[in-house]
Amino acid sequence: MEKERQAAQPLIRVENLKKYYPIRGGIITHTTGYVRAVDGVSFSIAEGETLGLVGESGCGKSTVGRQLVGLEKPTGGSFFYDGRDMGKLRGREERALRTQLQMVFQDPYSSLNPRRHIYEILSQPMLYHGISTRDTVRQDVDRLLDMVGLPKKVLGRYPHEFSGGQRQRIGIARALSLNPRFLVCDEPVSALDVSIQAQILNLLLGLQRDLGLTCVFVGHGLGAVNYVSDRIAVMYLGKIVEIGPAREVFHHPVHPYTRALIDAVPVADPNRREKKAALSGEIGSSTNPPAGCRFHPRCPYATEACKSSEPRMRETAPGSGHLAACPVVMGKEAQA
Amino acid sequence: MKKPNFNRKYSDDITRESYLQTVMRRFRRHHLAAVSLAIVALIALAALLAPLIAPFDPDEITGSFAKGPSLEHWLGTDQIGRDVFSRLLYATRISLLVGLLATAISTAIGVVLGLIAGYFGGVADMLIMRFTDMVMSFPYILLVLVAASIFKPGLWSIILILGFVDWPGIARLVRGNVLSLRESNFVKSDLVAGMPLRYILFSEILPNTAAPILVYATSVLALSMLDEAALSFLGMGVQPPTASLGNMLNGAQSMTVLTKQPWLWLPPGLMIVVLVIAINFIGDALRDALDPNSGR
Repeated sequence: MEKERQAAQPLIRVENLKKYYPIRGGIITHTTGYVRAVDGVSFSIAEGETLGLVGESGCGKSTVGRQLVGLEKPTGGSFFYDGRDMGKLRGREERALRTQLQMVFQDPYSSLNPRRHIYEILSQPMLYHGISTRDTVRQDVDRLLDMVGLPKKVLGRYPHEFSGGQRQRIGIARALSLNPRFLVCDEPVSALDVSIQAQILNLLLGLQRDLGLTCVFVGHGLGAVNYVSDRIAVMYLGKIVEIGPAREVFHHPVHPYTRALIDAVPVADPNRREKKAALSGEIGSSTNPPAGCRFHPRCPYATEACKSSEPRMRETAPGSGHLAACPVVMGKEAQA
Repeated sequence: MKKPNFNRKYSDDITRESYLQTVMRRFRRHHLAAVSLAIVALIALAALLAPLIAPFDPDEITGSFAKGPSLEHWLGTDQIGRDVFSRLLYATRISLLVGLLATAISTAIGVVLGLIAGYFGGVADMLIMRFTDMVMSFPYILLVLVAASIFKPGLWSIILILGFVDWPGIARLVRGNVLSLRESNFVKSDLVAGMPLRYILFSEILPNTAAPILVYATSVLALSMLDEAALSFLGMGVQPPTASLGNMLNGAQSMTVLTKQPWLWLPPGLMIVVLVIAINFIGDALRDALDPNSGR
């Protein structure tokens, strides 16, 4: 009975999540408007699954990640972890549960305290939360280093003695030190050299598989995200415009924005020099988003209806789990 | 990119060169500062051991009045016949005490207020920073004169007054650093890991701002010693007969003393100059030595 309930219930469920940042200004300071960084986002993630979150800079994907680990308080909406509403938990109960939700940061250069050596960085959280004791902590730290592929002799070194890739490994080890079930990776490779990116991606993929982690992988390149994700959600101006199994979204994109993103992935084939339909224009303002479909000012398929009515997420085919918010393209495909 | 360093031995454990060792190694490279440190240490030691070194009691009236340096009185005697060398030792002692304690008080106040203002922000930040601006904009000599007229002027009131006047610079410095450190990813990761506030404030943020605080504190130390001298010179500081560098200079206000009896004002004046310059050199070298990212 208990097992059945857990199988049916996703580990992470987000409903209509919102984050508005007030803009303050004027002669007498008051709130003059809001930046709608995240404006009604809903998704769920099953245990052991990785959801990729992609979109341009400023689309709110990192904000979603930060809200999931509690770094930002949502303005609206709710977030259920393991069936419990994280917005309603308080104090000790919240803190205990929060340790199961960890994060790998984007910039490995600022995510480690420059004055602490690696041993301290890795051991302090474990000791504080009683995950390890004075007697076992050395072993636990060694095990973490082993998991992320660093030699044991690095323990006494300071962060500035490491390369970007090594630092990111340390950041991953720290995130794993509290035995999380859920991990948010906020653009974990975008600050690294291209040659290192693949190593870190493979490390994350392996760890996710070995530990059965549930992940949100935030990124702006579809290539990397597609590589590690089971499902992909595409965000534009604070909203999800398309979500579905990674293969489906990558190979059969529906939303014009997703198509543009995929066209932007470089293909390693010198003979293939097709003209790319590059997106024109800038990402719209999140203070004053376009009415109707938020993508319509840049969309090649936009109709009059797109300017007034906001499209809803609909399944591309019944039971496919692939949803998109573009009635125009979906209507055309249904006709064809 | 990290350069390979073949001179340093890499052992397998966490017991490699500690941060303190690195700092000392870098500090020694600043020759001027190393010499300054030796001089300050020597002066401090002499001041500390004044009762053992001084040939006379500093308040004792010996036989000769306003006599120049001699074998018996190395730096001569003042107008009422006290040995200048003995008084100089005791005066240095008082001046260092005033400087160190006033610096300790102002650093403590500045650090606490700066941490609160920087980390919590909002109303607390606004109130604290407006108060800081107020203290900063107040001419401190006036403040001290008022305070001295309310409380009795003396050693402890001058320490307290200087301590409560010199903190705004440190508070601003700490606040600025905390503001940027609070947004850093390593503090964010502590928040995600559910570490307690005291750990974040005192184990993560404070150590990262300790170097600028220490550097700033050396200049506060030099400044408060100067302030003590100035106030004592005005008669609002350390009260005679207790000797301080300031009130020793106070005795040299007349033209005759300035021209005919240089042994009365030259030693305390030089002592102040040497101490202040040396402490400032040390502060400069500390700034370089404490930077964790210089990687040398």
